[in-house]
Amino acid sequence: MKNINWRLASNHLILLIGVLFMSLPVWVAFATSTHTAETILREGLQFWPGSNFIETYREVMFEEAGVMKSVLGITMLKNSLILGIGFAVGKVIISMLAAYAIVYFRFRLATPLFWIIFLTLLLPLEVRIIPSYEIVAGLGLLDTNFGLIVPLIASATGTFYFRQFFKSIPDELLEAARLDGASPWRFFVDMLIPLSKTMIAAILIIMFVVGWNQYLWPLIMTTKEENYTLVIGIKQIYQILSEGGELPQYQKAFALTIMATLPPVLVVLFFQNWFVKGLVESEK
Amino acid sequence: MATVKLNNVKKVYPNGAEAVCGVNMAIENGEFIVFVGPSGCGKSTMLRMVAGLETITEGDIEIDGKVINNVSPADRDVAMVFQNYALYPHMTVRGNMAYGLKNRGLAKADIKTKVSEAAKMLKIDEYLDRQPNQLSGGQRQRVAMGRAIVREPKVFLFDEPLSNLDAKLRVQMRIEIKRLQRRMGVTSIYVTHDQTEAMTLADRLAVINDGRIEQMGAPIELYNNPQTLFVASFIGAPHINLIPAKFENKKLVCGNIKFPGFKKLPEDTELVLGIRPDFIKPDAKGQLEIQVDLVEQHGADNLVYGLLKDASNDTEICFKTSQNTLPAIDKKLKLKFEQKRAMVFNKNTGERLI
Repeated sequence: MKNINWRLASNHLILLIGVLFMSLPVWVAFATSTHTAETILREGLQFWPGSNFIETYREVMFEEAGVMKSVLGITMLKNSLILGIGFAVGKVIISMLAAYAIVYFRFRLATPLFWIIFLTLLLPLEVRIIPSYEIVAGLGLLDTNFGLIVPLIASATGTFYFRQFFKSIPDELLEAARLDGASPWRFFVDMLIPLSKTMIAAILIIMFVVGWNQYLWPLIMTTKEENYTLVIGIKQIYQILSEGGELPQYQKAFALTIMATLPPVLVVLFFQNWFVKGLVESEK
Repeated sequence: MATVKLNNVKKVYPNGAEAVCGVNMAIENGEFIVFVGPSGCGKSTMLRMVAGLETITEGDIEIDGKVINNVSPADRDVAMVFQNYALYPHMTVRGNMAYGLKNRGLAKADIKTKVSEAAKMLKIDEYLDRQPNQLSGGQRQRVAMGRAIVREPKVFLFDEPLSNLDAKLRVQMRIEIKRLQRRMGVTSIYVTHDQTEAMTLADRLAVINDGRIEQMGAPIELYNNPQTLFVASFIGAPHINLIPAKFENKKLVCGNIKFPGFKKLPEDTELVLGIRPDFIKPDAKGQLEIQVDLVEQHGADNLVYGLLKDASNDTEICFKTSQNTLPAIDKKLKLKFEQKRAMVFNKNTGERLI
């Protein structure tokens, strides 16, 4: 009995240390963001919340020249949301259609094509970022949401997940639907989409977070401040704050960081049930 | 209701495997046809070719006199019941049954009446708003049937629909399927590997082996008069007794046992003597002698098993007897068989000689 308790205790201790390592910096960032610039400069990072919360966050999110030269925090938040949602939705649509074609249609080279798609997992965006930029710039799509999102939505991961899922759906279901007069399109809409609901949710969540955290691509795709996303904003803010002779506004930098972290956290928190379901079980 | 005709139908898979090799068959209006055979014999492939889920390599299939080789499954007006039911898991029972009608563009009101009629017929009207995963195996089976019935197709196709049910339910559903088919009078093709199901359901039975029809006819005809060794051994439970034999000096010789009274048979060929367990009786003057090693009590009947003495090799004999006859284990029993019910086959070609 005693042995087991010791073991449990040590397990929990390790987990607790892990949790602290992960969350303490976030907490410190938050606490510091609620102090004034003077306090931070004088006393360094703060562990306990201060009294400047409302003012800091209002300035960061809603005031011109609050953080950046002109763009509001809230505009960057909007840009980030558009990128995150567009990225996730686009990836789900493209990868579902690709997986549907690969699994259900017999065409030449279907399997090699799938493996080629799969191999692109090995090539991160950064490898093709210059040619991709060339194409988007050549099409005159810099500084547009279309140019920002569309080049990113091809997804080997998503295609792979959906392919595995579709493969696990019994053939008889397709056959029954065919006998019931369902066209390929109807089969997709009436059967595959409802059956992959949890899968779609899981991939949407993962991809939203990935899209939200995109840094390099939006950085080179946007030239105007009003198109910046929060993640770019964080990087820029340090440059802005350290320039000039003014007091560095660290509390605003931390506030922006917190704002940038919040949406993905909320999404995962609210949808974690779906998320887990999608990855673990499949109702068939 | 429709007639179905298979003209020299062949199925060859791309890898060269021949699943069905030239099948001819004419199915009358309203007939209940059962395809029976061991697994891998091509019976399901044949059914799936009729359904349109499998392409036809050669020959053609007609429904109501119209060749349907290149007609899509949906337009063949056939409905199929699958072994694993293949219900749409995310739809209610009602949705499952209505789906085919909806795709055919029926009015909502019509769909509703048709679904509730079919549901009533199958006694699933209480479950119409449930999802398939809330139903038991038997109920799912009914829903699968309901989905086929509402469509009022020309032909019903059943692909081993009862194999996933437990034994008791299987018998119950078997009876129900038969009744339903009688009542609706729809031409049906039913695939099974279970010979009891095949015997009890079929108007006509097609025994299939290696992609060929071994014999087709009324179940009792196949039982009494099998044309080949395969049919004789496949049809009938308990299995027919098969004793290796030879014809020498006008007598049928099995090891040391000689049976006179058979008509002339070819000598120098290996033969098989086939006797159904029903036609063997204990008899003090019998020529067969077994040492009893197992008695199965089935209730009304007992099945007695034992090794045949004096046969050329180990041959097991089984015979049926009434409840009251309960021979002791290891007891030696003399048996006699009805010679006019005995069959003789050529062992190599499987052909029936007597």
